[in-house]
Amino acid sequence: MASRALFAIDAWGVGTLVVAGLMAAPVLAVVTLAIAAADDIWGHLARTVLPHYTRTTLALMLGVGVGVFLVGTGAAWLVTMCRFPGRDIFAWALLLPLAVPAYIIAYVYTDVLEYAGPVQGALRALFGWSGPKDYWFPEIRSLAGAIAMMTLVLYPYVYALARAAFLEQSVCALEVSRLLGRGPWRSFTSVALPLARPAIVIGVSLALMETLNDFGTVDYFAVYTFTAGIYDVWLNMNSTSGAAQLATVMLVLVLALIAAERWARRRLRFHHTTNRYRELPSYRLRRFPAALAVTACAAPIVLGFVVPSAVLFDYSVDTFANTPMTDFAIYAFNSLTLSSTAALLAAGIGLFMAYGVRLGRGRAVRAATRFASIGYAVPGAVLAIGVIVPLARLDNAVDAFMGDVFGVSTGLLLSGTVAAVTYGYLVRFLALSFGTMDASLAKVTPSMDGAARTLGSAPLGALRRVHLPLMRGSILAAAILVFVDSMKELPMTLILRPFNFETLATYVYQFASRELLEQCAPAALAIVAAGVLPVILLSVAITRSRPGQWEGRRGLA
Amino acid sequence: MNIFRSLMKSLVPNPRTAFGAVLLAAVLGVPGNPDPASAQGEVNLYSYRQPFLIQPLLKAFTKKTGIDVNVVFAPKGVLERLKAEGANSPADAVLTVDIGRLHDMVEAGVLRPVASPTLQKNIAAQYRHPDGLWFGLTVRARVFYVSKDRVAPGAIASYEDLARPDLKGRVCIRSGKHDYNISLIASVIANRGLDEAREWLNGVRANLARKPQGNDRAQAKTIYEGLCDVAVANTYYMAAMVTNDKAPEQKMWAAATRIVFPNSDGRGTHVNISGAAVTRSAKNVDNAVRLIEFLSEDFAQKLYAERNYEYPVKAGVAPHPLVESWGAFNADSVNLAEVAKQRAAASRLVDEVGLDFGGGRS
Repeated sequence: MASRALFAIDAWGVGTLVVAGLMAAPVLAVVTLAIAAADDIWGHLARTVLPHYTRTTLALMLGVGVGVFLVGTGAAWLVTMCRFPGRDIFAWALLLPLAVPAYIIAYVYTDVLEYAGPVQGALRALFGWSGPKDYWFPEIRSLAGAIAMMTLVLYPYVYALARAAFLEQSVCALEVSRLLGRGPWRSFTSVALPLARPAIVIGVSLALMETLNDFGTVDYFAVYTFTAGIYDVWLNMNSTSGAAQLATVMLVLVLALIAAERWARRRLRFHHTTNRYRELPSYRLRRFPAALAVTACAAPIVLGFVVPSAVLFDYSVDTFANTPMTDFAIYAFNSLTLSSTAALLAAGIGLFMAYGVRLGRGRAVRAATRFASIGYAVPGAVLAIGVIVPLARLDNAVDAFMGDVFGVSTGLLLSGTVAAVTYGYLVRFLALSFGTMDASLAKVTPSMDGAARTLGSAPLGALRRVHLPLMRGSILAAAILVFVDSMKELPMTLILRPFNFETLATYVYQFASRELLEQCAPAALAIVAAGVLPVILLSVAITRSRPGQWEGRRGLA
Repeated sequence: MNIFRSLMKSLVPNPRTAFGAVLLAAVLGVPGNPDPASAQGEVNLYSYRQPFLIQPLLKAFTKKTGIDVNVVFAPKGVLERLKAEGANSPADAVLTVDIGRLHDMVEAGVLRPVASPTLQKNIAAQYRHPDGLWFGLTVRARVFYVSKDRVAPGAIASYEDLARPDLKGRVCIRSGKHDYNISLIASVIANRGLDEAREWLNGVRANLARKPQGNDRAQAKTIYEGLCDVAVANTYYMAAMVTNDKAPEQKMWAAATRIVFPNSDGRGTHVNISGAAVTRSAKNVDNAVRLIEFLSEDFAQKLYAERNYEYPVKAGVAPHPLVESWGAFNADSVNLAEVAKQRAAASRLVDEVGLDFGGGRS
């Protein structure tokens, strides 16, 4: 028994290492590129723009971090623990902004809020102002504007994970807190919030990684971040290695941040020690508090989803007739197929790696999986280069081998195919799936594993019969997060795709990049619409993930 | 059925790159049955240029020659993809919108020389590589849009004028890091040397009305709004605004401004090219050369002029009447390869001067 278990652990450990290695290859390729000498990029940057890039990047991250934490956690607590009009609708609608790409929302709000836009125009008409020197209006294309845009579309990560965590909490901890005399607010800050920490941290770090790799929004808003610097060094100074060095430094910072957070809670455990799950208590809000809660929940939905969708719809009415429907159907088909393939694979790989870590507990396995899911923090186009290099090397090696041995040329088997694009998506979005699975597994007390194993289950059996039923909601959530993000993905698709291959996102980009958003509004709207149904599914999955409510009788029991 | 065939074609563009598509098709249970390549063969393009701008030209080429054109459009990373794919790369030719990318590809050694009498006849020497590594197909001038109301004719006539103290708070420009501005600054370095260029750019920064941002059209808009009086922009955007029926407010922006060709009486206005090159890895070299030749001939040159409002590179083909109405100008005669060599220096200069952080308003 013992020796079989040991063997099994090793097999999982090795398997996990191999998969993590495959997923980490592109990031390693970027690091390798960085090793080459880049003629005094650093001296130049340090003397000139690096302090500015660093300041801007930190300010952006701080702003978005605080923003998504407040909006995401606050909304999650409200809809989970309080009862007020519309709560059931808010519960899923709060996820909707996830379907809106950041660069689209940036374009839309610029159109709406800039000097020549309808808002300022109406204000001028109303107050009789004649020119820009007569009044002050916040400039949307600014650091604050970028923080607002990214908070609006990224808070759903925190919301989704925080809500799942609040739903999964045992009622006992809360009751103890109330028994000990704490009110609802203190119970939230001193019990529920600390217990949800792993989930919230993952949500915030996902949002921050996405902030770091964003280029479309900051470029459009003329906010010069580290990422803008990476592209500048790469394209304007023609230094791939210099860009890779900057990207590597950024990665090290991200890894350090994650490690610091983990270190800070190294002695803390977050799984629930009881399996008593009754219906959560809920506070019924009336009058003013209810109105406040409705406003707090409605504002992010209206600003992050309703307004951009309405504007896109408005554009679409004019341009829909000019949209080539056959082509449009193909782009939609391409987007949907690619995204669902990536979602399925990412969920499988994420689960495999997260469970491998739980079984193995080896430092190497742990470190390898963390590194493998770091691709999310690398700017997309840079990561695409990281995908191209090892794939092309593999293809060329196979070609040379086949040429030598069999005298046939196989050409490039993987490079420039949909397989390459899918691989790129996996590498980029694995963090979403791995993080979700990891957080979900952390809630399952190790004594469950122990019990299952004592009763004779091998690791795979325990996974199937104990963990999977408990994690069902999180697995669906992981797949849907990857699906929605893949629908929006742009830089990797552009660089890695085959000939004559368009997705909705690439089709939108060719117009949006020339600030002709009106002409591709139907396709942009389609990206958003395609995300709505999965997002609603996601909400259902999160609600059902509460063990006591739905699944408690399954599994071992 | 039609949609289905198109789907398959989009998934399986050509046999060399089809493996992944076939794999996916197999997974999905779709029979992998690509259209056979046309009898005349094909040519594979990596393009920096948006497909909707070049599609009419490519369709015309296929109609005339029977050669199929397959395209990947990517705004960045094409060079790295070419380098990594090496001799097995499926790309036969590259289309760019700027001299910078062509120059980088020359440096990386991924292009092959082409000796074509047609191209040499159609394209003036300053708009093609001396050894035939790349060819310019259209010319765009980097000009000033000036306020009709607030700038007297002749008052601002050269790039050097942008640094003049009396223009303080009146100059608008997009990010100094944009390809078009990098090329302009590189041309100043090529003509005047690095030190004079630095002094000039410092002067420009001091005159900025706001932090550099937006695209070229946005600069015209700011003049219309009264925020600035002179902006740097490419010629064809003016035509695109004048004729924009889909966003008619742009006509008002255009109407508020007038085009000035800087330095036309001196060393010439800075021009950039969109261009094409044949890759070293090309398998369909003849088809690639035929395509580039086709793009340099009257038919395609006229189409470029009519649809994109660019200046045809071929002598004797007239620009769009609207473009012609702005008047003739002399172009900077320095070979663009010399300008492209100064791009990295120009980019560093933008950092040193802090051009993108200038301007009172953020």
